[in-house]
Amino acid sequence: MLSPSAAAPALELHDVACIRGSNLLFRGVTLRLLPGQMLRVRGANGCGKSSLLRVMCGLLPAAHGQVLWHGQPMRGREGEASDLLYLGHQHGLREELSARENLDFAASLGGERPSQAAITQALVQAGLRASAEVPLRRLSQGQRRRCALARLPLARRQRLWILDEPFNALDAEGTEWLMSEMHGHLRRDGLVVFTSHQSLPIDATADLELAL
Amino acid sequence: MTVPASPTVAAPSSTRASQGAPVSPLALGGYWLRTELRVILRRGTDVIAALVFFLMVTTLFPFAIGSQPELLRAVGPGVVWVAALLSVLLSQAHLFSDEWRDGSLEQWLMHAPWPLLAVYARIGAQWLTSGVAITLMAPLIALQYGLTAPSVAVLMLSLLLGTPVLCLLGALAAALTLGVRHASLLMALVMLPLAVPVLVFGAGAVGAWQAGIDPEAHLSLLGALLALAVPLLGGAILWALRISVQQ
Repeated sequence: MLSPSAAAPALELHDVACIRGSNLLFRGVTLRLLPGQMLRVRGANGCGKSSLLRVMCGLLPAAHGQVLWHGQPMRGREGEASDLLYLGHQHGLREELSARENLDFAASLGGERPSQAAITQALVQAGLRASAEVPLRRLSQGQRRRCALARLPLARRQRLWILDEPFNALDAEGTEWLMSEMHGHLRRDGLVVFTSHQSLPIDATADLELAL
Repeated sequence: MTVPASPTVAAPSSTRASQGAPVSPLALGGYWLRTELRVILRRGTDVIAALVFFLMVTTLFPFAIGSQPELLRAVGPGVVWVAALLSVLLSQAHLFSDEWRDGSLEQWLMHAPWPLLAVYARIGAQWLTSGVAITLMAPLIALQYGLTAPSVAVLMLSLLLGTPVLCLLGALAAALTLGVRHASLLMALVMLPLAVPVLVFGAGAVGAWQAGIDPEAHLSLLGALLALAVPLLGGAILWALRISVQQ
């Protein structure tokens, strides 16, 4: 008997190409990522790492090929994408809301309202306890990044994490925490896709590496 | 004692503890509306600028026209309606642009289980701080034009029915012009021609009442426009936003 995970690869890309404007960013990207596996996408600035991630989560149409999630096309299932967490290059946080309100709002987009205790716990883990109630526009770049990443402990139900440059603007302690959070997700049979342009200790633990 | 502390109940499984229970669309919509209102009020300047603009334009007209009661009474409804239209347009200049820039727009387009509901919550909050506020200011403005109490009531009713349509049109224009330089000028070009029917029936309702005609036909047409605009423009706005995040 095949295990279910081997029978149904979770994330599949078939011969995917992406064109922005008149530039061909990449083509022929084929890969399959199974539950519990991590994919690192690396490459120089402007080579299409972010675009690949946006194609993966269905925000951008692929110029060629297709992206499948459990055998279903990823694109066109917006709104049902509650088993997906995407953290883009921009934080996706709202300047007027505090870190706590932002986390609550972000979770509500997945159709959930986590308890205040769970939000507090996530904020503590992300090292934002002291600045939880301050409007985000008064926080530093690193603190904003931490606030965006504090969504991870609240996103246990989301199987697929797609993280664009998650280590940017993080200090050593934050990097450590993020790596443990990503490995924890893999142990729960989750899938992680992330990009980075610098080399990090986590790179060695990636199951797959894609160089664009 | 009587209330079980939820964290301790959920504590054995950390997975459970961090998950919220799924929420009904209605509760979620209510929460989104409250959050959008909070964002708009904290941003502040857009709302205040639009309302001050409305107040200023409608107050300046009587000074310029002079004290001719009949003339003021005749032009009053039209002036209020034109000012309302421009004020709504002004308040919506940044309706989606901040969210588009900070990446939260793509977050809700991708993750929200009912993206259309999120769109309505955003526009609804915008309407409460512009359209409803203008409607509530209307009696004050009407004093300067010598409008009678019944015609003020008709004016307020027409504003209440018409401003949501203006908000939806403005939102469509804002969604279509996301990422465009000098978007507000383009927004006006997109929205103003479409807003003409609302303007005609809205100001016409009060005009009809003043001429001794039943304004019901005008108000019914405004209501029909609203009933058409909510689903059709809502869908069009969502579609325009989906395209804008692909840039």
